Amino acid sequence: MLKLEPRPQASRFWSYSSPLLALAVTVIIGVILFAALGKDPVKGLQVFFWEPIKSPYALGELMVKATPLLIIALGLAVCFRSNVWNIGAEGQFVIGAVVAGGVALLAGKETGRWIVAAIILAGVAGGMAWAAITALLRDRFNANEILVSLMLVYVADLVLSFLVYGPWKDPAGYNFPQTKTFEAITQIPRLMQGSRVSIGLLIALLGVGALWIFLFRTRAGFAQQVGGLAPAAARYAGFSSRKALWVALLTSGGAAGLAGALEVAGPIGQLTPYVPAGYGFAAIIVAFVGRLHPVGMVFSAILMSMFYIGGELAQSRLGLPKSLTGVFQGLLLFTLLACDTLIAYRIKFKLPSSGNRPRPRGPALATAVQEGGK
Amino acid sequence: MNIPTSPHAPPRLQLANITKSYPAVVANSDVSLSVEPGVAHAILGENGAGKSTLMKIIYGSVKPDEGTVHFNGKPVHIRNPQEARALGISMVFQHFSLFDTLTVAENVWLGLEKSLSLPEVTQRITAKAGAYGLDIDPMRPVHTLSVGEMQRVEIIRALLTDPKLLILDEPTSVLTPQAVEKLFVVLKQLVSEGCSILYISHKLHEIRELCTACTVLRGGVVTGVCNPQQETNASLSCLMIGAEPPQLEHHQVKTGKTVLRVQSLDLPRGDQFGVDLEGISLEVRAGEVVGIAGVSGNGQKELLYALSGEDTRAAAPMIQVFDKKVGKFGPGRRRALGVHFVPEERLGRGAVPTLGLAHNLMLTRKNAIGKSGWINVKALEAQAQDIIRRFNVKAGGPNSAAKSLSGGNLQKFIVGREIDANPKLLIISQPTWGVDVGASAQIRGEILKLRDAGCAVLVVSEELDELFEISDRLHVIAKGRLSPSMDRAQATVTKIGEWMSGLWESPDGGEPVLRQAQDDRASDTQADSVRTVLASGAQHA
Repeated sequence: MLKLEPRPQASRFWSYSSPLLALAVTVIIGVILFAALGKDPVKGLQVFFWEPIKSPYALGELMVKATPLLIIALGLAVCFRSNVWNIGAEGQFVIGAVVAGGVALLAGKETGRWIVAAIILAGVAGGMAWAAITALLRDRFNANEILVSLMLVYVADLVLSFLVYGPWKDPAGYNFPQTKTFEAITQIPRLMQGSRVSIGLLIALLGVGALWIFLFRTRAGFAQQVGGLAPAAARYAGFSSRKALWVALLTSGGAAGLAGALEVAGPIGQLTPYVPAGYGFAAIIVAFVGRLHPVGMVFSAILMSMFYIGGELAQSRLGLPKSLTGVFQGLLLFTLLACDTLIAYRIKFKLPSSGNRPRPRGPALATAVQEGGK
Repeated sequence: MNIPTSPHAPPRLQLANITKSYPAVVANSDVSLSVEPGVAHAILGENGAGKSTLMKIIYGSVKPDEGTVHFNGKPVHIRNPQEARALGISMVFQHFSLFDTLTVAENVWLGLEKSLSLPEVTQRITAKAGAYGLDIDPMRPVHTLSVGEMQRVEIIRALLTDPKLLILDEPTSVLTPQAVEKLFVVLKQLVSEGCSILYISHKLHEIRELCTACTVLRGGVVTGVCNPQQETNASLSCLMIGAEPPQLEHHQVKTGKTVLRVQSLDLPRGDQFGVDLEGISLEVRAGEVVGIAGVSGNGQKELLYALSGEDTRAAAPMIQVFDKKVGKFGPGRRRALGVHFVPEERLGRGAVPTLGLAHNLMLTRKNAIGKSGWINVKALEAQAQDIIRRFNVKAGGPNSAAKSLSGGNLQKFIVGREIDANPKLLIISQPTWGVDVGASAQIRGEILKLRDAGCAVLVVSEELDELFEISDRLHVIAKGRLSPSMDRAQATVTKIGEWMSGLWESPDGGEPVLRQAQDDRASDTQADSVRTVLASGAQHA
């Protein structure tokens, strides 16, 4: 018989190993899934875990997708660490893309390189403004930020649709719902020839360093997190919960908006109804699989990016639906949540007792210390 | 151990060689215990001595690793509290399990077998209450009851099962001295009717008054079996802690100027079950310890929130520090004035459970934080290490998580953190709640040292012994109002007890006599004429 026993102390080992175990379980379920769909599991796994890293070009594509995921997740980590549940990064991403796209549309033939900076700042501002709605409603009316931020995603999508079906539609676009292609000058600078990797990757990596310093080396970052770990202690210390709320939402909104700007002025190059690619939601998984740690999220962003690319390849190579990406993302989050149980609990195997006098010895010493400490 | 055979009735409860280990501690080691019918039997021991674990074993909520339990001479294996109740064992816990929004009768009904209807239960409550002189109205909602009344509900709930053995865990920690007397009348009546009582406490005078048998535990081991009525406090505490508690030096210190002045503080309750503060006035001067006694839930929590700055709803002039109106200041700004506060809740308020001790310093200290808010990790760890050494905190190191420390050690660290800041005013709530005797004495000693150095100290505590030991003046808080101050030399347990019920009004007008709190500066001369040391409550009670 299996039994869960609380650990006296959270296991450090499992807090690092749980994501790996979750990945392993996800892969196993994936194998079963491929087999059930009548596909060769080895081929299926290859598509997801080997194809995306087998050539420099593929690696570049992996980075292209990992960059927005990482940037959004970095912002979300600030939120989640301070117990502010921003679920609407997707909406902030879209509005960031819209505002950045609006600036990009202003560019003409003789516009200078400065427009790129303007686009990026516009994206950040757009994302921040969208998140500020959530912050304001929570601050003033104590509205639930989970619901508000999530519902604002759909509003953001509708704003985008309104613009590309209406005022911003390209007159020369054969009535397709899209803006005109942005001028070449607005393109986010790429790092090298032959790859779509842009300076966005550098910005993301700078963000990793900046977040690490903020979280672990500044008093402001400490104060921000105390509110999430122990609200009463934050109040006792005099750390403002309102400030923490605004910092968290503006940071994550700005990060999501930044990612939106980098996408729309980078790989996409115009506004279309297909700008929302689910990065904002996937980044939630990235943040948690990466343990809300800046470095951990680098790895989880790459992993989630593999799922994106693998899903597309599975469609073209194996004839499987692209929604397989979502299935894998969901599987990973689910198994992670399940595996996280091991951080606070240990599994105990117990033989069904033969008599009515079970005499636990040895392993039974491993019961919660809380009960004995009194 | 061989089981002694009694010529008459077998013991009501007999434990033999009970052992229970947890990963980090052995809670009970080879504990044997025998409770005779119709005897009040005390379990004496410090926090962490293993009393609670032993009671949980008897009550079936914890299974022992080894050992046997006999009830009325028959071997039993109590697997859960239901089985315990079926045998005739009832328990009144230290922390009540009552629903605030339900009535007394509904609460009792919830805990009973479902065969009875609510009116039947109501009738039984009235009958039981009458038989034992427990005055309670079954139709009242629980949130309108005082803590003492809530305990009565718990006791009635226990009595309705007609127990043969009643276990009480620290029942007097929430009662006024008068309520304790009433409780003892009930308990003595139960004993005379043949019910056995297991009475868990660390208060020696209570045990000596009520119990005729006593088992002393220390570190999970039985260190003595005796009749407490034939022992002295000294011999009992020797059994309990292995040594006599150190006595405190109480010097006469000249008080300086007023550091904290609270003027007619009125504050409506913040939450539904809180307490409104009404016209609270008090002063604390440099170099004196002012104590606030009272049964918990009479406004202590609300007053402390207002004083610490966690609640800034008070008008600015109502709270003054060095004549500065700080009512609207948050905790950070008050701390900048030298006001430091040790809250009652250590984990979650005084410290972040999952963070290391060093990081927990940053809740109230800025020494290791450089310009532009940069954390100097080395300096932070050094500072934590310093406090750990100076205050004798048992911890793995400066990076041990706060929750990995025992309650007493964490309290030493938090008190140390605030004292190390050289406060001008230290406000400290329940300084030794749940802390063992050794650490308690150390914390009280540190408080007095701070006072001698000229700091103003305000102590809020439910332990009268403690307040008598360290305070220079005493107030009592009851129903959100504060009594006038009383010099410790004039204070008696009886008088404080009366005040705890809110009875300090002048007989005719009913107007609280708060004015005289302002000017009793001269009366400190007799302050050390009464030296009240630990465990001397017997003289007071």
